[in-house]
Amino acid sequence: MAALMQAVGLTRHFGGLAAVDGVDISVLPGEVHALIGPNGAGKTTLVSLLSGRIAAQSGQVLLGGQDITPLPAHARVRLGVAYTFQITSIYQGLSVFDNVALAVQGRANIAAEVARALRRVGLVGFDTQLAGTLSYGHQRLLELAMGLALKPRVLILDEPTQGLAAGEIDGFKTLVQSLVPDIAVLLIEHNMEVVMDLADRITVLNFGKVLAVGTPAEIRANPAVQDAYLGGDDAEG
Amino acid sequence: MRVWIVHLGLLAVLAAAFFVLPSYHATNFARIMVLAVFAMGYNIAFGYTGLLSLGHALFFAAGMYGAGLSGLPALPALVAGTLAGGLVAVAVGLLALRTAGVSYMIVTLMFAQAGYLALLYFGAVTGGDEGFVVASEARIILGFDLSTDAPRYTAALTLLGICLLACLVLVQSRFGRVLVAMRENAERSRMLGYNPYTVRLTAMAISGLYAGLAGAAYAVLFGYVGASFATIQYSILPMLYVLLGGAGTVLGPFFGALVMFYLTEAASSLTTAHLLVVGVALVGLVLFAPKGILGWLRAKGATWLP
Repeated sequence: MAALMQAVGLTRHFGGLAAVDGVDISVLPGEVHALIGPNGAGKTTLVSLLSGRIAAQSGQVLLGGQDITPLPAHARVRLGVAYTFQITSIYQGLSVFDNVALAVQGRANIAAEVARALRRVGLVGFDTQLAGTLSYGHQRLLELAMGLALKPRVLILDEPTQGLAAGEIDGFKTLVQSLVPDIAVLLIEHNMEVVMDLADRITVLNFGKVLAVGTPAEIRANPAVQDAYLGGDDAEG
Repeated sequence: MRVWIVHLGLLAVLAAAFFVLPSYHATNFARIMVLAVFAMGYNIAFGYTGLLSLGHALFFAAGMYGAGLSGLPALPALVAGTLAGGLVAVAVGLLALRTAGVSYMIVTLMFAQAGYLALLYFGAVTGGDEGFVVASEARIILGFDLSTDAPRYTAALTLLGICLLACLVLVQSRFGRVLVAMRENAERSRMLGYNPYTVRLTAMAISGLYAGLAGAAYAVLFGYVGASFATIQYSILPMLYVLLGGAGTVLGPFFGALVMFYLTEAASSLTTAHLLVVGVALVGLVLFAPKGILGWLRAKGATWLP
């Protein structure tokens, strides 16, 4: 199957540190692709390169076969690459409705689209509340609703379950499962249970390079991954 | 609905005020209304979009000199001045918006200072320090002489009305929400597909049009064009009006200009150190009512105020 989003030889150094070093990754249509690796492996840098938040030093990013490497982040968003922040980034001073409405702007019937996105994440009835007064878990959901309201082709989730309660994590898993195969999800996640349950394929990063790619079963059985990551001191990341 | 009632109501009150106010205060009000247009423009950049410019005197002066030097009759001169303000703002914005925060403040300040010095340097054309008086035939609009009270007041009120309602429409539009989004969280806005550079540049262009119109109106209504209007003081004044009236509110700039104008005047009748009185009042304001008059009202329950 042709990749929906693909990176070829993507590289970014920070000073002497090769944060992302010649990485190839492909996200297939309709799959949940998890990106895992020890802290500092370059996961967030990699998705920042994919979303255009930071510029690549070399390598290419393709979306549906189109080279989007020279495009700035906002143009990639318009083409269907949505990014939800690792540290919740919402408009604290605006209402929940306005937050999501900003994501659907440019399309007709904002109210209906906002309502749909809020229903999807389970934030019905919060429309008029100020986003900054939501609980942390609800703020994460709002961030997700904004990502969905963009109607992306690829949704990049940067540690979406961080700080969520156990019950909220179950809700999140159900939600992500309902998104595919309409859109593809690229998921950075430390919670191995979430990764193993959700991912169709997993890419393991270590020291800025791809260590392994495969299904959850293959990754679990991979000795190199066990050595570098799963079997290490820091099994939960 | 009540939003429109309040804003149209203010314009109605101002129209009625002309028949009550003594001539001296009518002239003051005309001045305040023109300065309020300037402050409204500043508010679009600062209050709504979060661009703290220290160079708006340049856009005001561009409008003033654009109108004054054009040699056109009053109405086309106003148009020329408005466009001059917008063009200069875009030119400055193209470069200054490559920076942000404190750097943006300094870059805009530098451009404004360079503009002021250029006005002095090209004194042969601009009249330098002394400026020049606008020809009386260029101060006639539709047959009315703007150097007399009633036409001047009417003209100022008309401009204020147009600008106030345009601002109201702008901030309630989708684009107005994007401006606020850019102020609140630029990185988030970028990742929702909005180009921060073009959004901010558009805000600066609109802001510059307002400032240019105010400068042109000042020249045409009060008959004088001078380099003193390009000094840093005229970059600070709209900021003070906006802070006093309430940043990010449509009516704030007008009330800020009104209160500040009469505060300055009251202080100067008491002491020669009137700027000190104004300064103390402002420090008090920032300490105890940092949201300004309208911002305070909004926080006290009038959350519907745009």
